[in-house]
Amino acid sequence: MSLWFWILVACVLAFLTKLLGYLVPRKWLTNPRIARVAGTLTIGLLASLTVANTVAAGQALSLDSRVGALVAAAIALWLRAPFLVVVIAGAAAAAGLRMLGLP
Amino acid sequence: MSIAVATGLYGVSFGALSVASGLTVLQTSALSLLLFSGGSQFAFIGVIAGGGSPVAAAGAAALLGIRNAVYGMQLNALIHPRGWRRFAAAQVTIDESLATSTGQTEPIEQKRGFWVAGLGIFLLWNAFTLLGALAGDSIGDPKQWGLDGAAVAAFLGLLWPRLRSREAGAVAAVCALATVLAVPLVPPGLPILVAAIVAGAIGWFGSRNGPEGEGLEPDVDPYRDAPAAPGAAGMAGVS
Repeated sequence: MSLWFWILVACVLAFLTKLLGYLVPRKWLTNPRIARVAGTLTIGLLASLTVANTVAAGQALSLDSRVGALVAAAIALWLRAPFLVVVIAGAAAAAGLRMLGLP
Repeated sequence: MSIAVATGLYGVSFGALSVASGLTVLQTSALSLLLFSGGSQFAFIGVIAGGGSPVAAAGAAALLGIRNAVYGMQLNALIHPRGWRRFAAAQVTIDESLATSTGQTEPIEQKRGFWVAGLGIFLLWNAFTLLGALAGDSIGDPKQWGLDGAAVAAFLGLLWPRLRSREAGAVAAVCALATVLAVPLVPPGLPILVAAIVAGAIGWFGSRNGPEGEGLEPDVDPYRDAPAAPGAAGMAGVS
């Protein structure tokens, strides 16, 4: 039930954040510093999520098949592949390396 | 059309990964219906998949959604929704609807672009996340299919189109390093919030001497530097 609760909290926060943009005076959000923070937060969180999902195993660091997935995804993105191809490349690399015996 | 296909495929990935991370089909659909911001939804399930607490997941999702407030302000100036439409407009304020709207020059076209993209993607995104969730529910062990690798690829795919400048790359690198250093020290899920603090500090205290448009501001057309590439829309995704 706790998971449900926090799912709904996240949904409410997301909607209020969006709505905020329509309600607050324009000058608040045109502040270049706020715009910068919104930008660096987006980039920093996505970078962190990428890395955490690659090397974190609970509280330990682990180099396993997921590193192969990261490399495969980077190559696919480099080749300008569409999103689903990138995701499938990551899955195929991880599944393939695991089949070869990697953890 | 290409946006529609890209959204569909992106939605299927989210649905399957969400179920693999441990959410139910219903919880997955609730995120798509109510939260409706791809990046935040991926952040939520990414934290859960890594063993993080639901609180940390909600925190990461909320922080990643902050840029939507900046989008909302821009769209408010463009399309001036009134009454209940303001609430509807807020819900469909995402990367794609902003990009479609700001890509037009005539005010009437800006309005039309926003509503068509926002509502169209809302319908497609929900239909396809449900499809992905049902498919993900029936395939068994997610690791055997490399779905943890798919999650890694999805996050890199969301990050990639935003790395348009050297400074953006530097922020990403510093936050990646902060995450690696934090993993052994704090409970799962929190390294992502540590990185958020680092990213926020860089944005708040960082140099503002550089020229405008360093590629950090969220209020730029996500497709700007990806002309004519049919897949580019998909990479930006419903984030």
